[in-house]
Amino acid sequence: MAKVLMKGNEAIAEAAVRAGGLCYFCYPITPQSEVAEYLSRRMPEVGGTFLQGESEVAVSNMLYGAAGAGVRAWSTSSSPGISLMMEALSYIAASELPTVVVNIVRTGPGLGGILPSQGDYLQAVKGGGHGDYRCLVYAPSSVQEAVELMPLAFDRADRYRNPVIVLGDGMIGQMMEPVEFREHEFPPLPPKDWATDGCKGRKPNIVNSLYLDPVKEEELNQRLAAKYERMKQNEVMYEEYMTDRPYEVLLVAYGTTARVCKTAIKKLAEDRIGAALLRPITLFPFPSARLYELAKPVKFLMSVEMSCGQMVEDVELGVRCEKPVYFYGRQGGLVPTPEEVVDQVKKRLGKGA
Amino acid sequence: METIFKRPEALAAAPTHYCPGCTHGIVHRMIAECLDELGLRERAVGIAPVGCSVLAYNYFNFDFQQASHGRAPAVATGIKRGRPEMIVFTYQGDGDLASIGMAEIVHAANRGEKFTVVFINNAIYGMTGGQMAPTTMPGQVTTTSPFGRDVAQVGYPVRMCELLAALKTQGFIERVAVHSPKYIIRAKKALKKAFQYQADNKCFSFVECLSTCPTNWGMTPLAALDWLEKNMVPYYPVQNFKDLVEQGGGDAD
Repeated sequence: MAKVLMKGNEAIAEAAVRAGGLCYFCYPITPQSEVAEYLSRRMPEVGGTFLQGESEVAVSNMLYGAAGAGVRAWSTSSSPGISLMMEALSYIAASELPTVVVNIVRTGPGLGGILPSQGDYLQAVKGGGHGDYRCLVYAPSSVQEAVELMPLAFDRADRYRNPVIVLGDGMIGQMMEPVEFREHEFPPLPPKDWATDGCKGRKPNIVNSLYLDPVKEEELNQRLAAKYERMKQNEVMYEEYMTDRPYEVLLVAYGTTARVCKTAIKKLAEDRIGAALLRPITLFPFPSARLYELAKPVKFLMSVEMSCGQMVEDVELGVRCEKPVYFYGRQGGLVPTPEEVVDQVKKRLGKGA
Repeated sequence: METIFKRPEALAAAPTHYCPGCTHGIVHRMIAECLDELGLRERAVGIAPVGCSVLAYNYFNFDFQQASHGRAPAVATGIKRGRPEMIVFTYQGDGDLASIGMAEIVHAANRGEKFTVVFINNAIYGMTGGQMAPTTMPGQVTTTSPFGRDVAQVGYPVRMCELLAALKTQGFIERVAVHSPKYIIRAKKALKKAFQYQADNKCFSFVECLSTCPTNWGMTPLAALDWLEKNMVPYYPVQNFKDLVEQGGGDAD
């Protein structure tokens, strides 16, 4: 299929439809409302389900119900709305149901603003809702990559029976870029023999997260923990940039800021400063092992983010605190410029701006 | 020998945790009978709430989902929209439905979601130990209204049937009671009609069951039945409020 020019939010919507995400619940919030608007037109064409709920609280519980009934259900929202969904995501993780939630992150805390941010990193990566659970988290850095990650997100949600978060930002959602929708092939999925789709010919299925017996609750906790370990073994994704030549600085950035870092690295090269980039594509699981390898030749690492440094602790853990980890970021909806990143790297190298 | 009484197939062969004299068992049995009689068990999905009936999924013999507090109508919406062929019902208490879950029940009703809601109104929070509910009667003593419900401070009990009947959307809305055989026979008819309407893909259906909580009311089971009759029935009229019509109370159409 030829490339088409699409806004990120609409491309994400179309990619989900093509991946069989035909049951979509939503509540309007800037900067992701175009997903809902697109699907309100598109779902009737493909015989899918579109419903605008009364709140993100309700929407996330609709996901729980539909996912529990064995339907490929998903939603999109932005930061304050995602906070409202956290209770249900905890139930969904505990009940081992598959769902995909796209967060087109805006600034915060509180009502914040509608501009791009990466301030929901910790919420997405460390659990977010109550209790002992994790979500698989993908962070696209272009509209094309968002389109590629949507079918993967649905597949992995089904395969692990776990919520998957696609963590975009206002830039990814609002930007127009050329995209190509490709066919994606995955191995067959196990049957959803746990779903509440009618008990004809079998014992009743129960979708539940209540465990009053501490031994049973611990069994669930340990089963979930083992699942997250399997994710760490099998699902880590990342991109390396300029790691195939000498470098003394390793930048670590995901999503929009990774693209800024690539330009900065080119500029540094012009000044004969070798810098490279590790771009995590999965934020959970984090590419810690590769980070450790890539950090061996460097003087320091720098985490570049549109937050106050939420990813720094994962970078420090990845490098086992053996090298200095510096941070540079902008907040409030401001995006770091390549020049700012260049200046920061030079300053830390003692080469002055 | 002819069998004249047996456990419905839709009811599990499990002992319940409900207190002696609690009326949950009566409503559970009626739901199971309705699903059996209408041949709907193999398509049924129940939604258990947070509250005394949180474990309802153990007491029925068909698929179940357990919902977070108050969100059962949203969960039911997800199931019914995703799989319209399912027969879906929520089973919710008064704290769950009329307090924390008010938004979900009102919007599900207003959208005309084609599932059934069984609303257990016993005027108190049961599982957490007898706190004041939105349906607690004026002057009623609970653990959080030790001097009796003061309507000047916390308002009057919420009448859910009347509130939902005010919506213009088509629906079946009826209040029943389960404190005597006469009322129970009427309750069974209302529940069966609600499930029949769902099976026929007609409309949202809502059956409020006035119920007792002897433990948290601090009464014997018999005294509780009498208290319901004398205190709740006059405030919560036992009647049908809407039967398929597209009209709300005060609607000028």
